[in-house]
Amino acid sequence: MDGPQRLAEVFVELADTLVDDFDVVEFLQMLTERAVELLGADAAGLMLADQRGALQLMCSTNQRARSLEVFEVQTSEGPCLDCFTYGAPVVNVDLARAGGRWPAFTAAAAEQGYGAAHALPLRLRGQVIGAMNLFTDAAVHLGEEEIAVGQSMADIATIGLLQERSLREQTVLSEQLQGALSTRVLVEQAKGVLAERAGIDIAQAFTLMRTYARRRNTPLTSVATSVVDGSLEARELTTS
Amino acid sequence: MASGRTRQILAEVAGGGVDVAELPGALVARCAAALPITGVGLMLMTDAGPAGTVAASDGPAGALEELQFTLGEGACVDCSRTGRPVLVADLAAQGPGRWPAFTGEALAAGVAAVFALPLRVGGIRLGVLDLYREVTGPLAGSDLAEALAFADAATAVLLHLQSHTPEGETALGPQTIPVLDDRAQVHQATGMVSVQAGVSLASALLLLRARAFATGRPVADLAHDVLTRLVHFRSDDTT
Repeated sequence: MDGPQRLAEVFVELADTLVDDFDVVEFLQMLTERAVELLGADAAGLMLADQRGALQLMCSTNQRARSLEVFEVQTSEGPCLDCFTYGAPVVNVDLARAGGRWPAFTAAAAEQGYGAAHALPLRLRGQVIGAMNLFTDAAVHLGEEEIAVGQSMADIATIGLLQERSLREQTVLSEQLQGALSTRVLVEQAKGVLAERAGIDIAQAFTLMRTYARRRNTPLTSVATSVVDGSLEARELTTS
Repeated sequence: MASGRTRQILAEVAGGGVDVAELPGALVARCAAALPITGVGLMLMTDAGPAGTVAASDGPAGALEELQFTLGEGACVDCSRTGRPVLVADLAAQGPGRWPAFTGEALAAGVAAVFALPLRVGGIRLGVLDLYREVTGPLAGSDLAEALAFADAATAVLLHLQSHTPEGETALGPQTIPVLDDRAQVHQATGMVSVQAGVSLASALLLLRARAFATGRPVADLAHDVLTRLVHFRSDDTT
């Protein structure tokens, strides 16, 4: 960790995004990237439970982590799922030694080159609404202080999800989670549209949309909507 | 991601060789029976607003769907516009400010609470599932989960209906309603195909599903080939 100064900066940056024009996809993406930076991890991802109780992948910092997390959801096995099921952190999982507990997951993690995994729950009044994953290439061990920082990041993610309207009852939580998941699908479609129009790959398309959204101080969701409906042309994004 | 419950609902609704045109009616009837509610309506939505009632259960649901279609206001209109569920546990307490005409008519018809669930796939607006109830109060957590499973089933049914040609033939095969494969790659490929073939996102998703079905492959596999540019759709693929 770069010390308390950088930690404070990140928290201020995250708090700053929780204002007008709040965009949940962009917020969670930024949060996972900062978690990677602050905890010296190599990748992070975030999963949310939909109201059917199934976990859905919300964002990942890279394609390797995304593949692993998709695999985890599909096989219903792994630290993130245990963390979600029991509502407790599952940290410092040395993947070379966890084959007995999660045989399929550890094999997939080794294939992606990860040595350690950590999962922290997104909790809200006794309810677990998702989990944040961290992966490191080496089998590094996180200390208590780092785990506390990671859990704070997960708590901020929860606050972000509930930001648009205050949480009064269960139904509002459902609205928020449904909205966040639906927004994620829109952003995926927009990535495809832009990738095809500009002749670039999906990851580059995402970077272009995010850069454009930041420069114009526009929510990512609005940029995705404009890309999808054609009102924002590919060249405006590639030349901005 | 479709739950096991959604698959079960689809199997029940499509069971017994029902005609495609009867699917929406069977779905709303089953939804009304499965939940502690008074009525259910299924409204088709476009970017411009309500486009017509697809099906409604017995009771006031049909009239209230028609009313929202006519007025262009109400729970389903807000729900489709924002893409989020609109859950009003007490219509009277909410007051008439939000939907001046709809609120009065709904209360007069004996409806005290309304729950509208969006049927959308990202930028694809398909419709809204409206649930009406004669007593106030929120849907219990388990009822909400059940309602959302029906919403997923209704989304699959609306997509399935759109895959039918006017002659009644289907591009996706008979009797089974394909559940939406909700993986990121499928949505990304949908975006790419919409540009390649010059069609809407909704049509692009149908093209993807139709080709996957025709070639006997999972949609996710085909999506992967689209993303890696092994498979390309052209504008004449739509004909």
